[in-house]
Amino acid sequence: MSAFEDIESIIKAKAIHQEAAILPASAPKGFRIHADDLVVVCKALHENPSTYFDMLSCVTGIDNGAEKGTMEVVYTLYSIPYNLSLTLAVTLPREKPVIDSVSSIWKTADWHEREAFDMYGIVFTNHPDLRRILMPADWEGHPLRKDYQHQEYYRNIKVD
Amino acid sequence: MVTQLEDLLNWARLSSMFPMTFGLACCAIEFMSTGTTVYDMDRFGMAPRSSPRQADVMIVAGTVTFKMADRIKRLYEQMAEPRYVISMGSCSNCGGPYWQHGYHVVKGVDRIVPVDVYVPGCPPRPEALIGGFLKLQEKIRSESLVAPKAIEALLKKESHVSV
Repeated sequence: MSAFEDIESIIKAKAIHQEAAILPASAPKGFRIHADDLVVVCKALHENPSTYFDMLSCVTGIDNGAEKGTMEVVYTLYSIPYNLSLTLAVTLPREKPVIDSVSSIWKTADWHEREAFDMYGIVFTNHPDLRRILMPADWEGHPLRKDYQHQEYYRNIKVD
Repeated sequence: MVTQLEDLLNWARLSSMFPMTFGLACCAIEFMSTGTTVYDMDRFGMAPRSSPRQADVMIVAGTVTFKMADRIKRLYEQMAEPRYVISMGSCSNCGGPYWQHGYHVVKGVDRIVPVDVYVPGCPPRPEALIGGFLKLQEKIRSESLVAPKAIEALLKKESHVSV
């Protein structure tokens, strides 16, 4: 059994809200899972001695626009001892993008999730310190959203 | 007598323009290399100072973001007068490559603090920055204690109005 099939069986055993689907075109290969399964699946992948994904390389936010009405969060995992990479994607509703934080599993998720919150307004529940990380604390709006309009003035300095 | 004193003061000022050690982006790398032996900023009497209280010139070297704008303004206010500002590079001149879609960049540091000399480039080579120093020296050389030109011009205008 290949490593990828191993991973597939681990994920499929843990994803109970919705069956995990293989992402058609992703590099590294990966799965789309239900948002409520994320923490359980990540914990399993992190702790299982045959996968041991000990590193979270990246957390990416995606805004699909008002027409589709969805947002995505993409997690790129890496296992140092087995030299394995894996992508996990979740879809969220655009009006209320809320997902559980994985910062209890990987410490690095703390700042990655803060960035996704800053740029897209995705709320990560159970996050230890969910503040803006790049923009000033009193900035209005989330700049990487498709429908973002910047404010006219920031502390009496014109924004244009 | 007064003009001679003025000349002395201006000469003293333009011969010891202490810049503030302060950089925001890649322009700061060029600023640093201006201080190296190859370009030798010291020959203009310019020794970088680590405190705004001891500095005469602020070289805004790099991209001015909105998050940084308050800090730059505060540093400028902490400098003792007479104080000068050199805007170095496209970003601090007008926003540079961020002029259209850079929601986070102040489109020109002159929206926050008054600027004396603009140095173009992305980033400007040390020679260009030294050119900016020479321009600033020229500006200081023509300064006057007793008859500030701006006020003279203003008075002239007013007298015309009253006549």
